[in-house]
Amino acid sequence: MNKKRLVKKLLYAAITIFFVLVFNYFLFRILPGDILSMLSRSGKTTPEMVANIREMYGLDLPWYQQFFVYLENLFTGDLGTSFIYKKPVAEVIGSRILPTVILLGVAEVLAIVVGIVFGIVSAWKRGKAIDTGLLSTSLLLYSMPTFWLGMMLILIFCVNLRLFPINGMVTPGRVFADTWAYINDVVRHMILPMACMALVMIGEYAITMRSTMIDVLSEDYITTAKAKGFSNGYVLRRHAMPNAMLPMITLIAINLGLIVGGAIQIETVFSWPGLGNLMYGALVNRDYPLLQGVFLLTTVTVILANLLSDILYEVVDPRVKSMGD
Amino acid sequence: MAGNSVKAKLRKRKIKAFVRQVLANKMALFGTVVLLLFILVAIFGPLLVPFSVLEFGEVEDMLNPPGPGHILGTDDMGRDVLGYLIAGSRISLLVGALATGISMVIGTVIGIVSGYSGKVIDNVLMRITDFFLVIPWLPLMMVLAAILGTSIWNIIVVIGVTSWAGTARVVRSQTLSVRENQFVERTVSIGAGSGHIMLHHILPNVFPLVFANTILIAAAAITSETTLSFLGLGDPAHASWGMMLHYAFETGATSTGAWWYFLPPGLCVVAVVLAFTLMGYAFDEILNPKLKER
Repeated sequence: MNKKRLVKKLLYAAITIFFVLVFNYFLFRILPGDILSMLSRSGKTTPEMVANIREMYGLDLPWYQQFFVYLENLFTGDLGTSFIYKKPVAEVIGSRILPTVILLGVAEVLAIVVGIVFGIVSAWKRGKAIDTGLLSTSLLLYSMPTFWLGMMLILIFCVNLRLFPINGMVTPGRVFADTWAYINDVVRHMILPMACMALVMIGEYAITMRSTMIDVLSEDYITTAKAKGFSNGYVLRRHAMPNAMLPMITLIAINLGLIVGGAIQIETVFSWPGLGNLMYGALVNRDYPLLQGVFLLTTVTVILANLLSDILYEVVDPRVKSMGD
Repeated sequence: MAGNSVKAKLRKRKIKAFVRQVLANKMALFGTVVLLLFILVAIFGPLLVPFSVLEFGEVEDMLNPPGPGHILGTDDMGRDVLGYLIAGSRISLLVGALATGISMVIGTVIGIVSGYSGKVIDNVLMRITDFFLVIPWLPLMMVLAAILGTSIWNIIVVIGVTSWAGTARVVRSQTLSVRENQFVERTVSIGAGSGHIMLHHILPNVFPLVFANTILIAAAAITSETTLSFLGLGDPAHASWGMMLHYAFETGATSTGAWWYFLPPGLCVVAVVLAFTLMGYAFDEILNPKLKER
């Protein structure tokens, strides 16, 4: 890939991350008065905590020095102490990453595969009954608030059909005979939240895949390929799909931000012990250091993922590559 | 003046053609009808709901399933769900509309200024746009709403201020192509200022695009209000669909199977968002020649 473009992209990502840091700093410290008055408003302060925070954030220093203290703390992995857990924020966050990654990872893969298939079928059979059916299902899923879909799934599958446990990741208090029994229990807990996440994303992927595919199918080279006498399936697989797939890379990256939002809602509804649930708890209890920590982690992750997809896009798409040279 | 009346006539004809296309498009027609229905309910409905149904009821009135007297049952406070639903429609739609307005104005202004000015201003504005485009929207809104405090105006501002980036991007690229037109060059040569050109020549040309974009933002704004209220960031002083869902979840209506408490508000949100999405989708097909069927 072209070096100049790569440097430019890295620079833009760095600027955006710097924006996030500054934004985070001012939002939590300058805007609503300082962190101490926020703390006393939350009514959970002890004199030691106040002294601790005063020292940690360097609140007696002028504001520009405070900003450097903040950056220094950040780069040494010190995100402050959570009000509710009374433990370092980094430690609290660390224990919640894996459940979220598992939940979102499986759901994302499922949604991409199903969404792409739905989109292709829909575009190929444009205007037919199957297209109408798939498109309306996708639009319906796309229009649903994620948390509400979760509530409906709980109502149907947990309360009425009693197929799955209502919440959590493992059955509380249960002793497991072996690792397999444990995994089995986790899977039973995971099916509904995962299905919920996947369903919401399928709608969006299918709609986008359909419109990209329709765009591609109207290109002249598709007509040419058909005129050459290639079978429909061959044209679809070898001419249309590779080109329609490219925008999906960008969409998947852009969607990461939406998925993070979805995770907050789903983990809240299903009490899944991940980052989203943690953020909801931090919000309800106005645990500002924790809220700030999770916010920072999710934003920076999404920015980096977008950067990665940008680079990947150029590597995959030869047209963009030659354009840069 | 003669030129103006010709212009007005042309515009009228264009709008008429657009309306005819919308009426011919089933998706657009369905979306428009559903939306108008909800708007009517939001305007006149609350006047028809007797105030008494929104008051807390007696213990025996709490969480009753649908039946005579309460068509959609009662909630955990003994309030009539249907009455609450109608009363809530006004706030849900109002928040959506105002937030969309804010977002549309910010997005259009930034897009036009960025595209027309170019160079440094364009670069700075686009970096800011990137920032809002890439940041996960829900965490950002949650953090902003938590810090600003829970009031209906804060929710509106938070949604409006965080959702304009997509519009700005689209408007900017359209502005770039409009700017290259000869009539802009001519206007510059007779001494028109940048402000005049942006307002009188660029804006009318990017407007159809802004319109199509606004519809999609409105859908997102309604969902955002619902989600923020559900997460406990709504204004407790105002009834809205999101607040209903919040109370339903908080009081465990999901696990006790009190479906009449959270099914209706959710369906209302889905109906309105779907209506907007269908309209946006159909307008895109009408306005985007590439999607026309061959």
